[in-house]
Amino acid sequence: MREFEYARARDGREAVALCEPGARYLGGGTNLVDLMRLGVETPARLVDVSRLPYDRIEAAPSGGGARIGAAVRNSDLAAHPVIRRRYPMLARAVLSGGSGQVRNMATVGGNLLQRTRCPYFQDVSKPCNKRHPGDGCPAIEGDHRNLAIIGHSDACVATHPSDMAVALAALDARVHVIGPGGERVVPMPGLHRLPGAEPGRDTVLEPGELITAIELPAPPPGRSVYRKVRERASFAFALVSVAALLGVDSAGVVRHCKIALGGVAHVPWRAARAEGALLGRTAGPDAYAAAADAELALARPLPRNAYKVTLARNLIVATLTELAP
Amino acid sequence: MAEITLRVNGVERSLSLDTRVSLLDLLREHLGLTGSKKGCDHGQCGACTVLIDGRRANACLALAVACDGLEITTVEGLADGEELHPLQAAFVECDAFQCGYCTPGQLCSAAGMLREPGPSAVTGDLTEDPALTAEEIRERMSGNLCRCGAYVNIVAAVHRVAAERAREVAGR
Repeated sequence: MREFEYARARDGREAVALCEPGARYLGGGTNLVDLMRLGVETPARLVDVSRLPYDRIEAAPSGGGARIGAAVRNSDLAAHPVIRRRYPMLARAVLSGGSGQVRNMATVGGNLLQRTRCPYFQDVSKPCNKRHPGDGCPAIEGDHRNLAIIGHSDACVATHPSDMAVALAALDARVHVIGPGGERVVPMPGLHRLPGAEPGRDTVLEPGELITAIELPAPPPGRSVYRKVRERASFAFALVSVAALLGVDSAGVVRHCKIALGGVAHVPWRAARAEGALLGRTAGPDAYAAAADAELALARPLPRNAYKVTLARNLIVATLTELAP
Repeated sequence: MAEITLRVNGVERSLSLDTRVSLLDLLREHLGLTGSKKGCDHGQCGACTVLIDGRRANACLALAVACDGLEITTVEGLADGEELHPLQAAFVECDAFQCGYCTPGQLCSAAGMLREPGPSAVTGDLTEDPALTAEEIRERMSGNLCRCGAYVNIVAAVHRVAAERAREVAGR
């Protein structure tokens, strides 16, 4: 691991001031410390923001939204009574990510800002456009079985591994940020970016910007759930996951619909085409299959991950069928 | 270098450390507490699990300098003098290990897990705090690998203690 300075900020403003070029914010460290040990991340300074006073979950009265501090630990988010009742999709997504130990350490802000990655990115003996622009992407010719099928580029086919972010993208979360230029709000989806020709940039955040809170609007009426398919039953990244909310009226017509996919793209992928295909239609497996097909028409699978298109289609249909048969 | 003070198994310790030292290396190399094991050093195997302020965490992923002022409990701190922690006794009674390398992490993980409220990924009704069935224990302990494959007896040992605790709570 490269040498670095360590500084613990007392408030957000001090953290931003300490985050000079070459510095990185440290939350729970579950991704950053690992990447530093691998030699992938080499910050000159760590600014510890894990003890900043962004550690509360504030819920509006019944029927309202919620505000989640960026330093809230993943386990506390998933265990919160209001999150469990009002945003079951989010609680389930968080519980399906990492292990009990990792969820105790990982912060909400850090979960969003974990690196979009693949095994080649984590291996400094291999070329990687995300680490060194122009070096090439060995995953495109090599092992990309678990990598992106949608929105990727010739430069990068990595996926964003967060489960929580998939639920937040479906729930229209708003990410509150402070930085050298002041405060701003970044909508989800919209925080993460597709790789294009600049795969080194995972998000739209500028250097020195710090997430302080996640704001959740009141959930639309309907049932919601998060389903994740992986290679083993627990503590593994998604091959494909689906966060879905479905609100169906008494005539069986879809009135509210939010769908996002994990494991398929460089970003948590909001399935806007599928939503558009479902709204106003009669709920049922045929409509769900048509919606899934509308979304997955965008898919450009690689030679060894075409299975994910079928998997995503079947998972969307199964998840929506679970919510409203 | 950084100056830090933390409490380890109830004893205050002040050290001067390189910022790169992990909590795991602090415990093993600087304090001689070799109960916590280094398996993968990437947060994937759980052999290094300790309790930080009472909550289980991977000591390999924690920077020691970031633990300044915190309370650490390792496997050496679980027993009460000569009296084994109930989980330790249950592991012996249930034959919940073969080589023993993962055991300190399994014990600390289980000790933390038994105090964690709320549902898990396999809980049906999210609004309930479910009973710790074998299925719940397997999910909640998935951050601890056992390459000997002693899982059946590990689950039995943890289940025994979880059931005792549930009976105690019900009896109050």
